[in-house]
Amino acid sequence: MFGFYIALAVFLVVAILLLIFRISRLINVVKGKGEETTRSTNNTNAILMIVFMVGFFGLSAWYSWAHFDAYDPPVASDHGVLTDKLFWRTMWITGIVFFITNVLLFVFAYKYRFDKNRKALFYPHNNKLEYLWTGVPAIVLTWLVISGWMAWDGIMSEAPEDAEQIEIMGYQFAWSLRYGGMDNQVGDYDYRLIDAVNNHGQDFSDRAGFDDFQYRDLVIPKGKPVLLKIRARDVLHSVYMPHMRLKMDAVPGMPTQFWFVANKTTAEMRVEEGNPDFNYELACTEICGEGHFSMKKTVTVLEPEEYEKWKAEQKAWLSKNPEYMSQVPDNLKELAVVTAGINE
Amino acid sequence: MATATAVDVHAHDDHHDHDHEQSFVSKYIFSTDHKTIAKQFLITGIFWAIIGAAMSVIFRLQLGFPDADLSWLQPVLGKWIDAQGKLDPSFYLALVTMHGTIMVFFVLTAGLSGTFSNFLIPLQIGARDMASGFMNMLSFWFFFVSGAIMFVSLFLETGPASGGWVVYPPLSALPQAMDGSGAGMTLWLVAMVFFIASQLLGGINYITTIINMRTKGMSFSRLPLTIWAFFLTAVIGLLSFPVLFAAALLLVFDRSFGTSFYLSEIYIGGEALPNVGGSPILYQHLFWFLGHPEVYIVLLPALGITSEIIATNSRKPIFGYKAMIISMMGITFLSFIVWAHHMFVSGLNPFLGSIFMFLTLIIAIPSAVKVFNYLTTLWRGNIVFTPAMLFSIGLVSVFISGGITGIFLGNSAIDIQLHDTYFVVAHFHLVMGAASAFGLLAGVYHWFPKMFGRMLDSRLGYIHFWLTFIGIYSVFFPMHYIGIAGFPRRYYSFTNFDAFSGFTDLNMFISAAAIFTFLGQFIFLFNFFYSIYRGRKATENPWRSTTLEWTTPINPGHGNWPGEIPTVYRWPYDYSKPGAAEDFILQTVPFSETMESNLPHENDLIALEKEEADEIVVDESKAH
Repeated sequence: MFGFYIALAVFLVVAILLLIFRISRLINVVKGKGEETTRSTNNTNAILMIVFMVGFFGLSAWYSWAHFDAYDPPVASDHGVLTDKLFWRTMWITGIVFFITNVLLFVFAYKYRFDKNRKALFYPHNNKLEYLWTGVPAIVLTWLVISGWMAWDGIMSEAPEDAEQIEIMGYQFAWSLRYGGMDNQVGDYDYRLIDAVNNHGQDFSDRAGFDDFQYRDLVIPKGKPVLLKIRARDVLHSVYMPHMRLKMDAVPGMPTQFWFVANKTTAEMRVEEGNPDFNYELACTEICGEGHFSMKKTVTVLEPEEYEKWKAEQKAWLSKNPEYMSQVPDNLKELAVVTAGINE
Repeated sequence: MATATAVDVHAHDDHHDHDHEQSFVSKYIFSTDHKTIAKQFLITGIFWAIIGAAMSVIFRLQLGFPDADLSWLQPVLGKWIDAQGKLDPSFYLALVTMHGTIMVFFVLTAGLSGTFSNFLIPLQIGARDMASGFMNMLSFWFFFVSGAIMFVSLFLETGPASGGWVVYPPLSALPQAMDGSGAGMTLWLVAMVFFIASQLLGGINYITTIINMRTKGMSFSRLPLTIWAFFLTAVIGLLSFPVLFAAALLLVFDRSFGTSFYLSEIYIGGEALPNVGGSPILYQHLFWFLGHPEVYIVLLPALGITSEIIATNSRKPIFGYKAMIISMMGITFLSFIVWAHHMFVSGLNPFLGSIFMFLTLIIAIPSAVKVFNYLTTLWRGNIVFTPAMLFSIGLVSVFISGGITGIFLGNSAIDIQLHDTYFVVAHFHLVMGAASAFGLLAGVYHWFPKMFGRMLDSRLGYIHFWLTFIGIYSVFFPMHYIGIAGFPRRYYSFTNFDAFSGFTDLNMFISAAAIFTFLGQFIFLFNFFYSIYRGRKATENPWRSTTLEWTTPINPGHGNWPGEIPTVYRWPYDYSKPGAAEDFILQTVPFSETMESNLPHENDLIALEKEEADEIVVDESKAH
């Protein structure tokens, strides 16, 4: 019944609007649409241009100012500080261009609105002006390109030798982490070896993997390079840590990587944000299916010494799943037992 | 003189006979008349625009009002709304995917280029029709079939394609990865194959017609900027759509014939697939080799239309005609070598990233030149705010606002954070979506009198413009903030993350604005269909414009001009020429008749005009 009333109301409103339209049209026909009405609507539109401009700039300036902290997420990595600086530099330059060009657009529209006593200026071209506004943007853009190159080169450079190696693997719809262990080397894998337990498909003929361990969260040290070795098991995913300004696709069949240095621990960030429940998060940013929006990992940044302590407490995957010793080649079995700490 | 008249009469008679023989089917359905085909494209485009926009309203309801009970949508969406009145998360992705596909390809490519290239090319260059009317007809009907297939896919049990409009494999290649990658994806690919065929048939025709069928005197340097834009658009489409075809074909092979072009080392659904050696990145390269030029395929026609309308309604020549052409050529060329900026964080070699950042930012230069030229055209004009002019000014504004955020995204270092966030959504919806849509609407308002012989109601047009302009900015401007805050796109819900838990108010605002903007379009729809039948009768040249289409009769028949095709003597932008009596001079007026307003170099052309006129007589006597 309620639906019927809504439909009836909509129908009536539409009918009334149509009637108004018809009547105003007929009145126009009777009055004869003279030059007078044309000029007044022309002026109305011109004034609306200015009203729109003031309202638009007013609102956006107010929101940008008043809600700055809400949309400017805190940054917690070394390279993030750099890219943020580039971002805001670009914001200033483009913001000025945005402001000037939009103001000119609306002001010209208003100022040069139709006036039957005036004739437009016949002004087909001016090569000097064209050179000027080709050249100036070119110079500014060159500057932006060069500063972008420098930042990009640093971020994408080879990871330092001593970087903590952590493998992160995306699958529908979660992430799984494998840490390099004491030798700081993540062991080889083969996707054919994946099963319900060995979810990374770790290849036990590689000795570097014996001490590898898994942990439910991403735990990293502050102030030390961390190398994420990124892979995907089924479809594309993308590792995204908003506070670290870090993003890299996870591609099945083609491992990718991203190294970075976190510069604030979770504890420090909790104080800074005044939020005792704050946690760094890791999300997926490449559409991967129904659960795309739920691929969350909590990221914990610890002081280096806390991190070492935590790392030392972790038990190798192989020691938790000793049945996989059968996959270790005979000549490495002894080594595996020792490195994985199975005796203890 | 007498001979010439006799020729006219004959030409007229021929076409006259033709018109009478046409049946309803050959006149309105399988028509080979470019004007009818243009209208077919336009109305089909409008149909798809309604569907595409309605889809966006549904997923905006989910994003803005995640707790709302949507069971009232059950009659339309059926099982995609569950018992609790919640939208199904996989159907959310299907909506996002279909919205993108429909808007980019069916509305802004076919609806915009298809309509105005078809309609304006013969009319503005002075041709009787397209080079091949038959191919032109095929172009529309391939598009129609493509649309029909895509439409059917909406009603599949497993839903339509849902891997995003880019349909990246492996997601789109593996039916076990998501429901939409089953039959829905198959139909998507089939539909796209038809669509690409349609685009190629259309594009070849546009290019051939423009090169070969210009009327006497219509040199390339006298072409209206619309035609330049359509020409370059067709060139881009012709060179890039086949690459999408290749991408789609290889995807079909991977899906159906067990090849491994894009698939490698996949473990899914509890089993390791045998495919090795393929690369998902290969697909991305192929896709974006079309995908990026596609941005300009939808944008350039809008810019061309705007150039024409701004010049006409500022009563001024477009500023920097040559610079406009050169920047469009620059954009055309650069559009082919910037595609990998969509892939900075895809695992692409970082060195390539640097190259593509450089090439991408260069494209800002011709774009900036165009903006400055538009502004200078307005400067000291005498601006008449027709609805078309309002939409053109709106286009320039959204083109600026959306264009400058491209400078952030084109910078690979900054893109690390912004990639696949709402910042990107805001960017391309303004610069490509809204700008092209504004161009389309401006074009409809401007050329409606030529299409249907009647005027659109201008007051409804004003209301439509202001609602749309305010609405579009209200939807997409706030998205920048959400994007800077890092919110990822294509998320069904943000409640899982603390980092993305804010901005519920802003998301609500955006959704409300989207609904408002959507409803505003019904004013246009009413105006459009009402005015076709009941609109005020148009005059021959209602906007006092200079180009050739306004020299045709109010309702041009098959063949466009009843007599001989007019000869062109001057460029299309002689507005407010000092000394001239009127504030516009048609392209068909020889310099010898406008001694009072000629510029010095134009007086030199008078002698040439005479020679040309003599030539015409000679040609005709030969023909007899």
